[in-house]
Amino acid sequence: MRIPILKLHDYLLISVQVELDDQTALQFQEDLLNKIHQEGSSGVVIDLTSVEMIDSFIAKVLGDVVEMSNLMGAKVVLTGIQPAVAITLIDMGIMLDEVPTALDLEQGLDKLQQELEG
Amino acid sequence: MSVQSNVEVHTEWGIVSARQAGRNLAKELGFSSVDQARITTAISELARNIYLYAEKGEIIIESVERMQSTGRKKGIKITAKDEGPGIKNIRQVMEDGFTTSGGLGAGLPGVKRLMDEFDIDSIAGEGTEITTIKWNS
Ligand SMILES: Nc1ncnc2c1ncn2[C@@H]1O[C@H](COP(=O)(O)OP(=O)(O)OP(=O)(O)O)[C@@H](O)[C@H]1O
Ligand SMILES: [Mg+2]
Repeated sequence: MRIPILKLHDYLLISVQVELDDQTALQFQEDLLNKIHQEGSSGVVIDLTSVEMIDSFIAKVLGDVVEMSNLMGAKVVLTGIQPAVAITLIDMGIMLDEVPTALDLEQGLDKLQQELEG
Repeated sequence: MSVQSNVEVHTEWGIVSARQAGRNLAKELGFSSVDQARITTAISELARNIYLYAEKGEIIIESVERMQSTGRKKGIKITAKDEGPGIKNIRQVMEDGFTTSGGLGAGLPGVKRLMDEFDIDSIAGEGTEITTIKWNS
């Protein structure tokens, strides 16, 4: 399964609508980096509203994707993390410390704008 | 009455099936959405460890009950069993950040915090059995 990546001007938008199995998560990592490179994108919003569980593996993949994108010069904002998912991550001791987050897609885009201007 | 499902884990799909079976039973037992996420995440960690370190094994998900002075308590019990290499130093693998696979090392200590009861039984060279319970409060 592949997660669709949409282009909006200089940004890429992703709404994760499927259960993230390991293969899908790794494929997404690769697809996103390729797309950033192809399109020369400056920002990425990954919306996780539909994601019901993030375990240590998925958390690592997401953390890595943010770091790799930063290396390539694109800022990433994660949006829509469900309360149950946020609580579980904290229980697990997983801190997505350096990862910018926002409540929803709209605020995510605002945040990107700020990060890129500021 | 107790419900039980056994999920074989020898591919990544086993991890997904075990998660789904766990979420279904957690829902049926009336766990909150936060507890459902905790239980599903714990199962995912245990199933992935089987897949990564033991190649194959089994996740058993069942409902459990306990009588208390305050009434009957219901819970969900997860057993993860494999005949892999086993764990030599249990204290070490329970430390946050300890990993032999370049992971976050968050799995086992995380499961212990997500659930209410947690027990590891492992013999090097023979296998590992981890049992964990979440009670519905
Ligand atoms: N079923 C098992 N059989 C043998 N060794 C295991 C098993 N489960 C875990 N281990 C060992 O315990 C270590 C810690 O496991 P834990 O799940 O906490 O972290 P991890 O799997 O390395 O990383 P993460 O779960 O954060 O992706 C593993 O690296 C592995 O060496
Ligand atoms: Mg693990």
